[in-house]
Amino acid sequence: MHPAASVILFTTASGVGYGILALAPLLVAYGLLPDDNPWLGGALMLPALGLVTLGLLSSTFHLGHPERAWRALSQWKSSWLSREGVMAIISYPPALAYTYAWVILGAVDGPWVWAGFATVMTALGTLFTTGMIYRSLKPIPAWATDWTVTGYLTLGPLTGLVVIIAVATGFGLHPVRFQAVAIIFVLAAAIAKNAYWSRQHKAWDEHAQNNGAAVASPGNAVRSIEWPHTEANYVLKEMGYRVARKHAERLRRVARNLLLVAPAAIFCVLPSILPLPYLIWAIIPGALLTLAGVLVERWLFFAEAKHVVSLYYGAD
Amino acid sequence: MTCLPERTTRKLGLVIDLDTCVGCQACVTNCKEWNTGGHMAPLTDTNPYGAEADGVWFNRVHSYEVTTPEGNSQSLHFPRSCLHCDDAACVTVCPTGASYKRTSDGIVLVDEDKCIGCKLCSWACPYGAREYDVFEGVMKKCTLCVDRIYNENLDQEDRVPACVLTCPTGARHYGDLSDPQSDVSRLVRKRDGRDLMPEMGYRPTNKYLPQREKSGEGSTSPRNGRALAPLEDTSGASGLLGWVDRMLERMD
Repeated sequence: MHPAASVILFTTASGVGYGILALAPLLVAYGLLPDDNPWLGGALMLPALGLVTLGLLSSTFHLGHPERAWRALSQWKSSWLSREGVMAIISYPPALAYTYAWVILGAVDGPWVWAGFATVMTALGTLFTTGMIYRSLKPIPAWATDWTVTGYLTLGPLTGLVVIIAVATGFGLHPVRFQAVAIIFVLAAAIAKNAYWSRQHKAWDEHAQNNGAAVASPGNAVRSIEWPHTEANYVLKEMGYRVARKHAERLRRVARNLLLVAPAAIFCVLPSILPLPYLIWAIIPGALLTLAGVLVERWLFFAEAKHVVSLYYGAD
Repeated sequence: MTCLPERTTRKLGLVIDLDTCVGCQACVTNCKEWNTGGHMAPLTDTNPYGAEADGVWFNRVHSYEVTTPEGNSQSLHFPRSCLHCDDAACVTVCPTGASYKRTSDGIVLVDEDKCIGCKLCSWACPYGAREYDVFEGVMKKCTLCVDRIYNENLDQEDRVPACVLTCPTGARHYGDLSDPQSDVSRLVRKRDGRDLMPEMGYRPTNKYLPQREKSGEGSTSPRNGRALAPLEDTSGASGLLGWVDRMLERMD
């Protein structure tokens, strides 16, 4: 699929934002993040809210009629895209309430803990609905798997976590306290992405092998000898993200190293080796590397996903 | 609402005979001609007279070489347009309610005034039937000529989709596929009409009649070379040529 730049930006930015929203209240609840420092709360919650808002706005850039975007909230009964929009909006009140308690009241206790719980659930819910948009598209075999959803549910929190750790380290907290959490999320992301990557080509081949069924001639070999007179149709042009596809193997290596290997080394191992004053110089680049990795992963996610309509144009 | 109707009263659609289609593009042309002034008008074009003509077309004809496992091959002309599926995911993914499937006749349509141009429906369609209009910022698609088939200003015999009306070889048939006694339903039964990509599970209304098997005696398949066989038959040779033929036969 042709990855519109705004869609890549949207899923990356909002992934980080919802990742922070999904994890910060949990880390506070388990005592890993202190809730008595309003500056720390502001430094985490405000960028998170900014990123999800940026993501939400940038998702309207690729629309033919952005001024009608509000209509997209109406069909939540059938459409995962609509459900995503609704979830994204529902997630604001608890996130704002939790931010209010942490930043203005200076403590998260009593009923505000429930706002935190609702923030976690709606953030995860938004990531889930985003994943379901792609998972439900059967004509794109690479996406039509639960690993797509798992990818969204693990990469969002992973990128949110590395930003949380970077910010917390900046506030003088020792990142070794997040080591266990980092190990869990790097492992989860590694499992989800490797499962996705190892399955995607097999999923495509299953359809491509039976391209006769696309022209009511199952079991026969079909070779395209002439395209329709106006050449590629709209969806085919969407497919043609050639640079990423040409270098898919290399890019996947880059994504794997930046997104999984780098955080494993920097967030899971380094904190128990390096002393705190030096750690900050590893943690911040580590967070940036992870974010760069997720950008490459997003690009590949769209560019590598082939649509079955390309079978009509002789794809194999 | 973008929820699909549980069942539709009728299932209007096309039956396309791949054995008869000669790939002349007449249906493509008449489709464009009618629809650029019809319900989804205009069907805009980019650079229509240039080297890379492009634009909104509801109907396209591909040409393929099809080879059976036995090695017989033949050409196949394949018109591709909206199949007005029962399980039309292009409708259910629509976030705005612009896409809908009519309960009365099963036709899948787009309300252009509600479409935000998110293009998700085009990703959800395995058949590439959705066409994005870059000039108007909305998605367009085949309407089964909804503005012809119910058009009381037209003579009764003209109330069929433009592609069906114009097909010079009678390869395109139009009718109610929910009625087992309709001509199109009989045709589907008789000729083993098929769904495209049945593994997708979209349950298309339109059916395609497969090409008849042309292998065996008199086959023109280049693989077995029988097309030239009559021209290589030397049994009628007489005189000097007949003698040379017989002598050369004996050499091995």
